[in-house]
Amino acid sequence: MQRFLMALACLAFSASAALAADSLDAFKGQKGTLDIAGGTAHIPVMKEAARRIMAANPDIRITVAGGGSGVGVQKAGEGLVQIGNTGRALKETEIQKYGLVSFPFAIDGVAVAVNPGNPVSGLSKAQLKDIFAGKITNWKDVGGADAAISLYVREDGSGTRETFEERALNKGSSAAGANVVNSNGAMKTAIAQDPNAVGYVGIGHLDKSIRGLSVDGMAPSQENAANGSYTVTRLLYMNTKGEPQGLTRAFVDYIYSPDGKEIVAGAGYIPYEKK
Amino acid sequence: MRRNREHTGRAVGEATAFPAAPASLAARSPEAACGCPAREPGEGAGWGTRLAALLAVCGVGLLFVMVVAAALPVLLRPGPGWPLEWLWQPYEGHFGILPMCLGSLALATFALCAGWPLALGLCCWLLTEEARAARPLARLTGGLIRFMTTIPTVVYGFAAVFLLTPLVRTALGGTGMCLFAAGVMLTLLILPTMVLVLEAGLAPRLERLCPWGQALGFSRLDLLRLFVLPKAGRNLAAAAVLGFGRAVGDTLIPLMLAGNATHVPGGLTESLRTLTAHMALVTANEVGGAAYNSLFVAGLVLLLVNAGASLALRRLGARSGTRGGAGS
Repeated sequence: MQRFLMALACLAFSASAALAADSLDAFKGQKGTLDIAGGTAHIPVMKEAARRIMAANPDIRITVAGGGSGVGVQKAGEGLVQIGNTGRALKETEIQKYGLVSFPFAIDGVAVAVNPGNPVSGLSKAQLKDIFAGKITNWKDVGGADAAISLYVREDGSGTRETFEERALNKGSSAAGANVVNSNGAMKTAIAQDPNAVGYVGIGHLDKSIRGLSVDGMAPSQENAANGSYTVTRLLYMNTKGEPQGLTRAFVDYIYSPDGKEIVAGAGYIPYEKK
Repeated sequence: MRRNREHTGRAVGEATAFPAAPASLAARSPEAACGCPAREPGEGAGWGTRLAALLAVCGVGLLFVMVVAAALPVLLRPGPGWPLEWLWQPYEGHFGILPMCLGSLALATFALCAGWPLALGLCCWLLTEEARAARPLARLTGGLIRFMTTIPTVVYGFAAVFLLTPLVRTALGGTGMCLFAAGVMLTLLILPTMVLVLEAGLAPRLERLCPWGQALGFSRLDLLRLFVLPKAGRNLAAAAVLGFGRAVGDTLIPLMLAGNATHVPGGLTESLRTLTAHMALVTANEVGGAAYNSLFVAGLVLLLVNAGASLALRRLGARSGTRGGAGS
């Protein structure tokens, strides 16, 4: 059984390698290890790219780890990994301290989400701002049932939170009494469980278990985020210490290649054109 | 206690003989296994163990030095961003960790208040059950408690997110992620630790009294209640201290269940953040800066609390040890 699975995997690998031969040409003759860490939103993209590259060239080993945007900055800056991912633009202090170079490669929208049983279908930015600041505390004030609003936010420094507060709340802040969860997955679980919850997730994480709200009439979807009609969005970045060389350069270029764009789209994000 | 000591002795003996050798082989030919003359286990505590002890002590010492060195500059620089205040608003320059200190304290106290009497009751029942019919149940409970010590806290947290929080939400209102939910799970977490500590302390004393006591017509429960417990204050306290230390130190249960709000907790159904959960949340995204620095102060507070608990435990252990020795 195991041998059969191996054969199947080899077949799949070689098939994908054959299909992707053009974009993967840069890796011919390369060998070595490439370590990637940082933002969790990036992981599906990085893993799929790594899988394809390693299938085409077994001499290359690529590891992908999470840890969050802060970890991405720190590890790339200290040379522990070659690519550190962030879900936010680097701060001036981080650029100065580590000499990092950023490569934005995808657009991720952040959607306001409620429990599927909630009758409210949309909120204005002003309402959102008051809800998250703790001024509006009952759903009936925004057209819902008579029930206390349960606020769920992400932890300080989360790229998703930053995007949400900057774009949806117009730089508003979140009430100190709000529950804090530490990943998109935990947010989804919390909202799916709590009928009175309101929170936010990456648009790619919207599914049947939670419902996205329209914000100022803008419906949250990947298409709207891509064409600019939904504006609660952020860029996903790869960061390298100085201009990338060798294998790291090839990997960054691969993410921008047609193959890379296909991977980005497959992970639920919108490919971002290199400038 | 006796069993514990034997166990440690055997473990040390094995470690000095040859760590990876199967026990049977080591027992049959210790000389062949380690290539040195056979020694008494006591003497065997030679270079290997001393080196290990030295490394451990150095590690702990280094940990203290590093945390203190990182925390002191932050503490000694009052003004904006000073960590010992009541507000945590990183974007407005407030990095106060006092609400989290209070959160840790409240949660651990809750768990202790709920868990300690439970542990005592359970332990007393396990030690004094005399009815033949109830014995399998007691044995099962004892086994279950030992098994509970091996359950990773993340499993408790994960199960409670789906099972306990909806119940708490419907029963008590609020969001379900609160002091009460996290406290209940922490109680479960520290319960087996306390039961085992109590059992280890109370069982030998009870057994010593049993033959005569029962001959005089006392039941086991009478003996425990009238003679053992009144003298076992230090053992009871040791269990409480150990339970408190574990409850303060746990990260995943508060992180997953307590809600992590940064305000000062005001009641059982309110969301709160503990120091441990706070550190886990902030390290995920921050590197450098005042938020990051305040973590070292949080770490220092945690380290001091746990070190204090363990020192208190040692004192209690030492005193009850000398006393027990003098008494017998």
